[in-house]
Amino acid sequence: MKRRNFVKKTSLGSLAGILGLDIVYGAKIPENYTLLGLQDPDPFQMFNKDKEMVVLNSKPWNMEAVAHLLDDRVTPNKYMFIRNNGLVPENINVQEWTITFDGESVMEAKTFTLEELKTKFPHHTYQLTVECGGNGRSEFDPPAKGNQWTIGAVGCANWTGVRLKDVLKEVGIKDNAVYIGYHAADQHLSRDPSKEPISRGVPIAKAMMDETLLAFKMNGEDIPLVHGYPLRLVCGGWPASTSGKWVNRISVRNIVHDGEKMTGTSYKVPCNPVAPGEKVKDEDMCIIESMPVKSLITYPKSGAMIPMGKKLNIRGHAWAGELEVSKVSYSIDFGATWSECSLEKPANRLAWQHFKASISFPKSGYYEVWARATDSRGVSQPMLLPGWNPKGYLNNACHRIAVKVS
Amino acid sequence: MNKQDNFRKQVKSIYSVLVVSFVMVVLIGILGITYMLDPSAFSFKGDTPNSEVIGTSTEDEDWDKIENGIHLRTGLKEGEGLMTVVNNCTNCHSAQLVIQNRMNEERWTETIRWMQKTQNLWDLGANEKVIINYLVTNYPPKSKGRREALTDVQWYPLNE
Repeated sequence: MKRRNFVKKTSLGSLAGILGLDIVYGAKIPENYTLLGLQDPDPFQMFNKDKEMVVLNSKPWNMEAVAHLLDDRVTPNKYMFIRNNGLVPENINVQEWTITFDGESVMEAKTFTLEELKTKFPHHTYQLTVECGGNGRSEFDPPAKGNQWTIGAVGCANWTGVRLKDVLKEVGIKDNAVYIGYHAADQHLSRDPSKEPISRGVPIAKAMMDETLLAFKMNGEDIPLVHGYPLRLVCGGWPASTSGKWVNRISVRNIVHDGEKMTGTSYKVPCNPVAPGEKVKDEDMCIIESMPVKSLITYPKSGAMIPMGKKLNIRGHAWAGELEVSKVSYSIDFGATWSECSLEKPANRLAWQHFKASISFPKSGYYEVWARATDSRGVSQPMLLPGWNPKGYLNNACHRIAVKVS
Repeated sequence: MNKQDNFRKQVKSIYSVLVVSFVMVVLIGILGITYMLDPSAFSFKGDTPNSEVIGTSTEDEDWDKIENGIHLRTGLKEGEGLMTVVNNCTNCHSAQLVIQNRMNEERWTETIRWMQKTQNLWDLGANEKVIINYLVTNYPPKSKGRREALTDVQWYPLNE
């Protein structure tokens, strides 16, 4: 594959077959290596990301933000995390892009062109919180396998598209529909065309929500390629893996969708709590649905030094999956006392909410400012790591920043 | 008249095909001889637009360079079994995925089994032991407790 691409790029390409040049070069190219000419060496430039973003993995591409980069009320592309399970599709022809609805529970399989989708159904824009199920994984002990996300695999952009429910209604679904599962144009890491890197989905109830979109715009512009151009699902408040990118097929299933990374232990946590490190059987693992309540202090950046007597203004965002955040508190004494932050209502359901506070410090010294959000059901973030799980999902422990007063 | 014209045309096209073929053969010959005499002639060592390709040549002595105990190309730690890991574990995913993770022998083994079962990883044979030994030695789990202290804080004066 690489060899073929390489040969294509060379001016001697036409001679390659006759001379066997491709083999000569092929033998020289170490197997694991993607040619520099074919892989843009600068992911920040390639994906239009800020240089302060952190690359966790270059194959597949995974990149996260650091807390202070997420200060914007609406996350711009340059600070939006990247989570890929496979290889970003190449050569997308938007004119020929179609999306097919099939599966056991459609009345009849139906295909729409992108243009049809855009013209046939009303457009809606929502600000939707999208967080990777494994955000915070790096803190689990014993450690969990996978990309070691810290806090930055979350963002809340404006997404524009058509409601999935409008399209599903047009397609016609049977009463026995249980789940939708997406299929997409990305390629498996092994480049085995019979394998899908990821094919997840949501129960019908989530699929039929107003805010569940088949989106073609992010922050008012075409969705950047790495975020799913030209069409993706956005299921705000749920693990971001349910918001499939480069979607070209949606199967309406009469069972819980059994696509890649729906089964085994992927995006699942033990149905009942387990001790750290405990073995859990596959059948005792449950699929993650709504993400838990969480918050992030996005200003100031950790490490601020302020003079004694000066107030510290903090701000950030809080979100709670399907729920609304009802309260955000801060503590400067490791949770001994808490004070309330002012908290805004969400721009719409499933959008993160902004909080702020002005903090006085009683004496000089080292402090940590901890933030703790509480959801509409009274559930708060833990200060310690939440329940251990084998794959390291759902770490919603309080975020904190270091401050020195002198 | 028409027939003659057609015939002439055909002859002309055959002639031009012959000329092109001849030129191609000569060109290929020259390239082939050049290659036989000096196999590096096609390695684009010059300032051609493809000069990035230099990095792909195994003749490049920097290819597997190790500096301060780190294999520069992949970022993996120097150690027994390094190249076995590089050759078997960085084909589908980058070495960064290995480096980020900390596991004991049992869990590294489980991870390999999972990749074999679902991700098209091949049978590692005798290399498996070498790989697991390298991973456990260089990337063992580190105890973090229920919450780690904030470290690596970069202090800066906050002026508002």
